[in-house]
Amino acid sequence: MKKVKIYVTLRESVLDPQGAAVQGSLHKLGYSEVADVRIGKYMELLIDPDGRDPETAVKEMCEKLLTNTVIEDYRFEVEEAVAQ
Amino acid sequence: MKFAVIVFPGSNCDLDLYHAVKDELGEEAEYVRHDSGDLSSFDGILLPGGFSYGDYLRCGAISRFSAVMGEIRKAADAGKPVLGICNGFQILTEAGLLPGALLRNKELKFICRTAGLTVTNADTMFTSEYTEGETIRIPVAHGEGNYYCDDQTLERLKLNRQIVFTYSEDFNGSREGIAGIVNERGNVLGMMPHPERAVHELIGGTDGLRLFRSIVKQWREAHVAHA
Repeated sequence: MKKVKIYVTLRESVLDPQGAAVQGSLHKLGYSEVADVRIGKYMELLIDPDGRDPETAVKEMCEKLLTNTVIEDYRFEVEEAVAQ
Repeated sequence: MKFAVIVFPGSNCDLDLYHAVKDELGEEAEYVRHDSGDLSSFDGILLPGGFSYGDYLRCGAISRFSAVMGEIRKAADAGKPVLGICNGFQILTEAGLLPGALLRNKELKFICRTAGLTVTNADTMFTSEYTEGETIRIPVAHGEGNYYCDDQTLERLKLNRQIVFTYSEDFNGSREGIAGIVNERGNVLGMMPHPERAVHELIGGTDGLRLFRSIVKQWREAHVAHA
């Protein structure tokens, strides 16, 4: 089994009002060193590779359904799932 | 003229759309489920507002893979009028039938109010009953109505006159105030405002009715005049 961790954020060119609001709040709390905040989504998939390369399959899933590449960027990591 | 009102799990403006075309215009309308297979007997396709699949993942992201979407694509390719309102617009962009995407409103709030819209192109099958440049009053109700596209797409939209409605004042952050666009061919319209909620004086105006009248007029000219 493989564990896939997918990180999705709004593209650089897209304004992230949520991130901007959180950055403002962090500044108010005194964390003036925070230069930018981008808020995104995190997804975890458990995959049972069935002959198909998980990297290729996950890329396809991201492009088709999991993200909208018009507005979002994504990256992912594939690792061995540790048996519980 | 016979309209299909598509019903996705979570659609909630389907009744209003049905009422608008059936009761106010006196045309034929039928509800068609998201898992239906054939739309060939319909002359026009309407995708209602709502929260299909609970807006999970992204608005319209899951609906766009519904069985009925293949049929909607066929109808669009055949030149039939396809109108997506609110969540319907979001579904059409997710499906790639219209360019761009709908982001969360710039203030991150759900906005429910009546908006002034400028008719920026009265030369489409959806807007021929309006006058170009006229301001109409149509209700909006959305949390993700902030239209986004890249510079290149925006240029193309302008060049092909695909921007059909713009907001008279900015309240959701849409690029260039875009409220509604058509595809290049001009037979697929997506818009965030709800024309189906402006079809009777009792509910605050009839400015939306002319949109549906435009569709019917175009269809009659193309099909009935020769009968």
